[in-house]
Amino acid sequence: MAAHEGTTTQHPIKIYLWIWLLLFVFSAFSYLVDYLHLQGMLRWSLILLFMFLKAGFIIAIFMHMKWERLALKLVILVPPLCLLVLIALMAIEGDYTFLTRGTSFTQEQVTGEHH
Amino acid sequence: MTQSVQAPMAVEVATHPIEPAGVVAAGLPGVVTDFAADKQAFPVPWGKAMMWIFLLSDTFIFTCFLTSYMHVRMSTTVPWPNPSEVFALSLGGEPIPLILIAIMTFILISSSGTMAMAVNYGYRRNRGRTASLMLITAAFGTTFVGMQAFEWTKLIVEEGIRPWGNPLGAAQFGSSFFMITGFHGLHVSAGVIYLVIVALKVWRGDYERSGNYEIVEIAGLYWHFVDLVWVFIFAFFYLW
Repeated sequence: MAAHEGTTTQHPIKIYLWIWLLLFVFSAFSYLVDYLHLQGMLRWSLILLFMFLKAGFIIAIFMHMKWERLALKLVILVPPLCLLVLIALMAIEGDYTFLTRGTSFTQEQVTGEHH
Repeated sequence: MTQSVQAPMAVEVATHPIEPAGVVAAGLPGVVTDFAADKQAFPVPWGKAMMWIFLLSDTFIFTCFLTSYMHVRMSTTVPWPNPSEVFALSLGGEPIPLILIAIMTFILISSSGTMAMAVNYGYRRNRGRTASLMLITAAFGTTFVGMQAFEWTKLIVEEGIRPWGNPLGAAQFGSSFFMITGFHGLHVSAGVIYLVIVALKVWRGDYERSGNYEIVEIAGLYWHFVDLVWVFIFAFFYLW
C-alpha cells in the first residue's frame, strides 16, 4: 500500500470497486444471519463483526481516513469512544428499570398503562 | 502535504526533537509536531476539516438516538415486535423477511461506491464522469428515500404503527423507529440535494476554472457518513 501514501487523491478506481464488492458480501452475510434464524451469542457476534467490518472499510477507504495524518485520525476517532461510557451507563440503567418494572408492576397494570 | 515518511515511531522523538526542514514526521511524533508547531494543525482544506468535525457531532446525535432506543428496548416489559416479521415483504405470495431493508442496504452501499469513484474522477479533473457519477449517487439516494417512504406508509397504514403505540407489542417500537429512520432519511434527502447542487456546478465547469475539486470530496465525506449510519441502524434496529 506504500504507493497510496502521500496524497489522498490518486488511487486506482479498482480499490473502490473491491471495497464495494466487500461491502456487498458483508451485507449479504449479515442479511443471512437473520434469514437463517441464527440465535444467541452466534447471532450477536456475527452481526457486530459484519457491522464493524463494513464501518471500518467505509471509514478507512471510502472516507480516505487511512491516508490522513495521525493527528486528524485521533481527533475524529477518539472522541466517539466516550460514547461507550454513555452506552454502558444506559445499559445498566435499562437493566435496572426493567427489574424495577418487573417487581413493581403486575402484567395487568403494565398492559393497562398502554392504552 | 507530504505524508510519505513512515518513521518507525516514538524512537524518533528523542533523537530528532526538531524536524529538519522539508521532512514531515509521521506517527506519534507527527501528531506532536502537527499540534505543537507554529503552523496550521491539519494539512487539509478547511472545508474538509470542518466536514469531519460536523460528522463527529452527527455521530454523537445518532449514537444518542441509538442509545435511547437500546434503553427503551431493554427496559420495556412488553415484548418487542420482531423486526424480521414486521419488515417482511410478500413477493409472489411468500413473505421474505427484511427483504426491503436488504435491498435498501444494497442501494445505499452502491451509492457509496459511485460516490467514491466520483471523488476519484474529480481529482483526475474528469468533469463529465465526476458529475454523472454524482448524479447516479443522487439517484440511488432518491430511490432509497422512496423505498423508505413506501416502508413508512406500509407500517402506518397496514400495520397501524404509531409513535405512541402499536398493535404488535412494545409501544416504544414506533417512536424509536420513526425517530431513527426519519432522522436518517432526512440526512439522505439533504445529501441528495447537496450532491445535485455540487454535481451541477461540476458540470457547469465552476471547479474547472478554480482547478479545485475538493468540494466533491467534502460532499463525498457526508454521503459516506450517511451510508455509515445506515450500517449501524441496519445492525441494531433491523437485525437485533
